Amino acid sequence: MTTLDMAAVAISNGSVALGGRPVLRGIDLAVAPGDFIALMGANGSGKSTLVRALVGLRPLVAGEVRLFGTPLEQYDDWSRIGYVPQRATAAAGVPASVWEVVAAGRLTRRRLLRPLSRADRAAILDALEVVGLADRRRDAVSNLSGGQQQRVLIARALAGEPELFFLDEPTAGVDLPNQQVLADTLAQLKSRGATVVLVAHELGPLAPLVDRAVVLRDGRVVYDGAPLRDHEVHQPWFAEPHTHHHHHDAGTKQTDHVPHVGSPIDRPRGQNR
Amino acid sequence: MSPAELFALPFMQRALIAALLTGLAAPAIGTFLVQRRLALMGDGIGHVAVTGVAIGLVTNTSPTWAAVVVAVLGAVLIETIRERGQTNGDVALALLFYGGLAGGILVSGIDGQSAASLNRYLFGSLTTISAGDVIVTMVLSIAVIGLSVGLAPQLFAVAQDQEFARVAGLQVRAYNLLVAVLAAVSVTVAMRTVGLLLVSALMVVPVATSQQLTRSFRTTIAAAMVLGAFASVGGLVLATFASYKANVAPGPTIVLLALACYVVAWPIGIWTRRRARLSEPFAEGQIPVHEACDEHPHAHGPGCGHLAVPHDDHVDYVHDGHRHAEHGAHYDEH
Repeated sequence: MTTLDMAAVAISNGSVALGGRPVLRGIDLAVAPGDFIALMGANGSGKSTLVRALVGLRPLVAGEVRLFGTPLEQYDDWSRIGYVPQRATAAAGVPASVWEVVAAGRLTRRRLLRPLSRADRAAILDALEVVGLADRRRDAVSNLSGGQQQRVLIARALAGEPELFFLDEPTAGVDLPNQQVLADTLAQLKSRGATVVLVAHELGPLAPLVDRAVVLRDGRVVYDGAPLRDHEVHQPWFAEPHTHHHHHDAGTKQTDHVPHVGSPIDRPRGQNR
Repeated sequence: MSPAELFALPFMQRALIAALLTGLAAPAIGTFLVQRRLALMGDGIGHVAVTGVAIGLVTNTSPTWAAVVVAVLGAVLIETIRERGQTNGDVALALLFYGGLAGGILVSGIDGQSAASLNRYLFGSLTTISAGDVIVTMVLSIAVIGLSVGLAPQLFAVAQDQEFARVAGLQVRAYNLLVAVLAAVSVTVAMRTVGLLLVSALMVVPVATSQQLTRSFRTTIAAAMVLGAFASVGGLVLATFASYKANVAPGPTIVLLALACYVVAWPIGIWTRRRARLSEPFAEGQIPVHEACDEHPHAHGPGCGHLAVPHDDHVDYVHDGHRHAEHGAHYDEH
């Protein structure tokens, strides 16, 4: 057995073109079971396209994707896969309750024309509790905030009790407290032994969870190895020059621009506004 | 003739059965169309069905079955153009919309007599339904109701988020085609009740009404079906009573009754949503991106007595434990 067969998900020499324009070129990547990997890179570097190719939403023009050792074309055990698409909202044209959206994630394990079994209900409720929205299950998703809707989408993926998660920018446009809840949720998944492929522009509170970082630039893998800090991903040799500045990097010891001043204005670390 | 005698007449009972079933079936499938933001798809299919009816009339075959066949073909075509082509759903609808209506009028014009009977299908004629028609209506609408309620979890997932549904292993294309075909069937079922030109109203207006007041998909579709049945049976009864005084067509009465329900539900919906918003707590822990500080009579500057700290491209002034940065006429917290 090669490492490609052992991997939870693997892509070899994968290329994707959108409208004739190459977006991914010769990607080789294998994710071992239980790994938490972060796909990083600037906008337009192809990280979302890579995830979409891995779950079969984008056809490959060359190369091969294998899920749990099975080529994607023959793969049909979708209950092992949980996908959180990049979406601004979980709502559609008709009201839907949080419970109903999360229950849709259970379809991978339900047969046609059967009502929800007790196990289905337990899994849906468990998924809602993991993301901390069990008390809002009867509310319409459109009444939730953006961060809460993102958590609904994660709960939907959780409800199918998958082993391999693909999360496409779950923290985009989500405020810091909600990002923290997301981080706690993903930490729980990780402790349950799930394999996670996370697409993120910036990791923020998710940083401590990452085992391995993969940085894409112009559709190629330019870095694959130990986790990077957000700051390092934007080094000139990875992506476009570092054009924006961070005011503070939460959770990390970083020398601030404020010189050290004694009392009375000294404050505990982390509140240095 | 007293009302009791009138409702005892066989043609009246056939009309009531047809109205009840189409009132249940049209909103059932209409909910999925509205969910996918294709509310006008029923209208597009209705126009395509005009061609089918005209072909049936001209060739002296059953207009209903001809309409079913042409409407299903049209619906599949709309779905295919929408999915495969560069054209979006809106434009695909418009193409079929005009093609169907023009084709119907052209074909019916070939045989001079059928233009008048085409009217019956354009605006509905509940009271001319034969016993055979009622059986066809019953079979088709029960099939539509059964499939759209029985497959509701799958159809819901596909309409809510197609990409997620595909990764969940659902046959998204097959379910999309099923919705299109069911919509076409319910259009042809409802054409005898409200007519092809108004058919979309029975698929969309009850859904729009019920979603004013509901928070979940299940209650939306159930309430839409109840409202649809109420509007079609109620509209027929109203039109029957009104027919003592004047010539009132049931089709438009049904649609206007459905719209009247919407007019009642709309302000209630606004009021309940307003109340729901008021009871919401403030969004937890929002971090303001741009936080201006309150009254600031003191003007910071070199040598003003506050500690000056270079911060990227500007200077912050340490001020009682926070840092102030000049921003136009005021100071920001940094």
